[in-house]
Amino acid sequence: MTVEKIRGENENSDNFPVGLRVLAVDDDPLCLKLLETLLKKCQYHVTITSQARMALKMLRENKDRFDLVISDVHMPDMDGFKLLELVGLEMDLPVIMLSANSDPKNVMKGVTHGACDYLVKPVRLEELRNIWQHVLRKKKPDSKIQNKSTDQVKANLGSGDGHGSPMTGNTDQNGKINRKRKDEDDESEDNGNESEDPGAQKKPRVVWSIELHRKFVGAVNQLGIEKAVPKRILDLMNVEGLTRENKYRLYLKRISQQANMVAALGVKDSHFMRIGSFDGLGDFRTLAGQGRHPNVALSPYTSGMLGRLNSPANVNLLNITPSPLIQPSYAQNSSNSITPLGKMQNPNLFQGIPSSLELDQLQQNKGPTGIVNFNAFDDSRIFTSNFTDPGTTVGSSSNLLNGTPNNPLSDGGFGNQPCNNMASFSSESFNAGINGTIESSKMQPNSLLSSEPFNNSLSDPYLRNNTIDIISSTTMALPIGDSREMQCQEGLVGDVRNMNQQRQNNYEHSSKSGFGSLNPRIPSNGVVGSMNQKMDMFVNGRLGGGGSTLMQHNENQNLLTESRARSNDSLFFEHQKMQGGFVPQSCDSLDDMVNAMIKREQDESIPSCDFGFDDYSFGQGTI
Amino acid sequence: MQRQLANMKQSLFDQLEELQDDANPNFVEEVVTLYYRDSARLVQNIDKALEKNPVDFVKLDSYMHQFKGSSSSIGAKKVKIECTQFREYCRVGNGEGCKKTFQQVKREYATLRKKLEAYFQFARQVGPVEKACRRK
Repeated sequence: MTVEKIRGENENSDNFPVGLRVLAVDDDPLCLKLLETLLKKCQYHVTITSQARMALKMLRENKDRFDLVISDVHMPDMDGFKLLELVGLEMDLPVIMLSANSDPKNVMKGVTHGACDYLVKPVRLEELRNIWQHVLRKKKPDSKIQNKSTDQVKANLGSGDGHGSPMTGNTDQNGKINRKRKDEDDESEDNGNESEDPGAQKKPRVVWSIELHRKFVGAVNQLGIEKAVPKRILDLMNVEGLTRENKYRLYLKRISQQANMVAALGVKDSHFMRIGSFDGLGDFRTLAGQGRHPNVALSPYTSGMLGRLNSPANVNLLNITPSPLIQPSYAQNSSNSITPLGKMQNPNLFQGIPSSLELDQLQQNKGPTGIVNFNAFDDSRIFTSNFTDPGTTVGSSSNLLNGTPNNPLSDGGFGNQPCNNMASFSSESFNAGINGTIESSKMQPNSLLSSEPFNNSLSDPYLRNNTIDIISSTTMALPIGDSREMQCQEGLVGDVRNMNQQRQNNYEHSSKSGFGSLNPRIPSNGVVGSMNQKMDMFVNGRLGGGGSTLMQHNENQNLLTESRARSNDSLFFEHQKMQGGFVPQSCDSLDDMVNAMIKREQDESIPSCDFGFDDYSFGQGTI
Repeated sequence: MQRQLANMKQSLFDQLEELQDDANPNFVEEVVTLYYRDSARLVQNIDKALEKNPVDFVKLDSYMHQFKGSSSSIGAKKVKIECTQFREYCRVGNGEGCKKTFQQVKREYATLRKKLEAYFQFARQVGPVEKACRRK
């Protein structure tokens, strides 16, 4: 894979389209080279890579570095459509799909996933000469277009036939709820939950659809964690009718839940938990509409939670508004959550928004939470708030990761984390979820919680059997500050290993088994072994592998369902929640979450994590 | 001679040549070499996959997709046509049909390689003069 770094230009407008910065992704080296040469002929700046992951990394490093992305559909490490979605969500760049397959169904799929255009290989020079139009169209609604340059460009190109790119929808976006990156077609399709009529300002209720969430996440990412205040997020999202309250509250809930989870570790405040969890539940309910999990409201909840948690903004918010928000929602949520989960009853679980301290922790964890989603496989599973922030004390973040259905296992991972508190938290929750009987909710704050909770989980026969759990736990273990969600999983796995030494046999047993199972699954997961070190490593790709295994595993296991009931531990609940909603989905939801998580993490930690996580989701798709 | 050469390749190949210029003097050759390497590997993989029992059609299709992609990028129309046929058989799970078609694919592929070889030899002989003449 060759990556050429091209000097990025920030000013393109005067020379447009010359100097257009294009990122080309294709696993076929021949095609890549061809593309590169062709694009250079058009006088564009080209950067090529054969790895989708690498492409994402580059894009995330600097969002302004590229104007356009051209990506192949069929790629080994990541599905082209997934990449397309991610890019669209996170960076709002025009993406052009490329494929040897001219099947209209695929073309349709490309368009609905937000592609600006779909080219069929072999690509001709004339076709490439027109791609600058997409960049222009995308920018237009944002009022960045200068007519002058447009004319110039047209003169330069002199190409009359453009692709019938479906950008017509863009202009209409202003009126409707803006789907930041979707095509118009997409928009109308996805607008099911939201009111599409711009005039109908009053929406009975803004359903926090995945779309919105995605946008939210994207907005947050764009703003950066620091500046991701609700107002700005709202503006960015440009969704009509969506009040900041709406999101913020949900967000807070989420955070609080997470915080709760974290808090649960140290403090089992019943009220806290509730809030956190409930909010999440409430949110999930709406999400439930998404049709994610049949299982329960929880599912949506968890997913919602996950999503929320993921975004760094969430975290921030969390700190800000701990309990007040949560409480009210708590009440409602609790009922919701409880029912689905049955377990949620433990108020302890969510420790309401933990004190700011905890919040901080949560924030840190934020990375991992995304991962938790994965665990969500089991609807019933408690989504352990994957908050596990990479560095944060919130060891629990690892828990979040654990959210993955398997979560129960994640406990193992925690031990390593400094946050231990957190770690234990997650592990407990996980275990609880899975086993249902999580007795271990011992969230001992600093103890290597992971070890303990893990033991609990381990003790459960179920846990042991679930290799995945272990894995999930490992991921959670991210104790390593970097515990990006993805990493978390990985870390968990790795941690499990490490922990094994520390832990008791059962732990080891489970973890090992986990690993064993994971390892085969995770292609590149050799990392697991190395988990000792930062989880980062894992995340990169390992997660994907692990993730998939986890997911699959979870499904098979249905641990979550069992664990649900138990939620004795607050943690448990929290985690579980995630699972239900989260997992059922196809990777899509996970992806979103992951993306969210990743994004967050990106800001903080290793970008690789993101990828790893992505892999996970992608893996799912491809599996 | 020009015409001969032109007939040997398809229009896409012409485009490849278009891309070759002072900045990329050996572009075509590089591309073709890449193609050789890549396609040889794919052909091998497909052969192996076809020998397995039961045949993994999903994998086969994936390989063939790649093969088809690169072949068409280089302008190998005939190979591409056979590939499409192959994929059809894959889609319906017809192992025998796949094998037969693949023989054809290989044949076309071999022909292509021969032609390319000839082309390159020829081009090298003619050298820069040809390039100058070729510019339309």
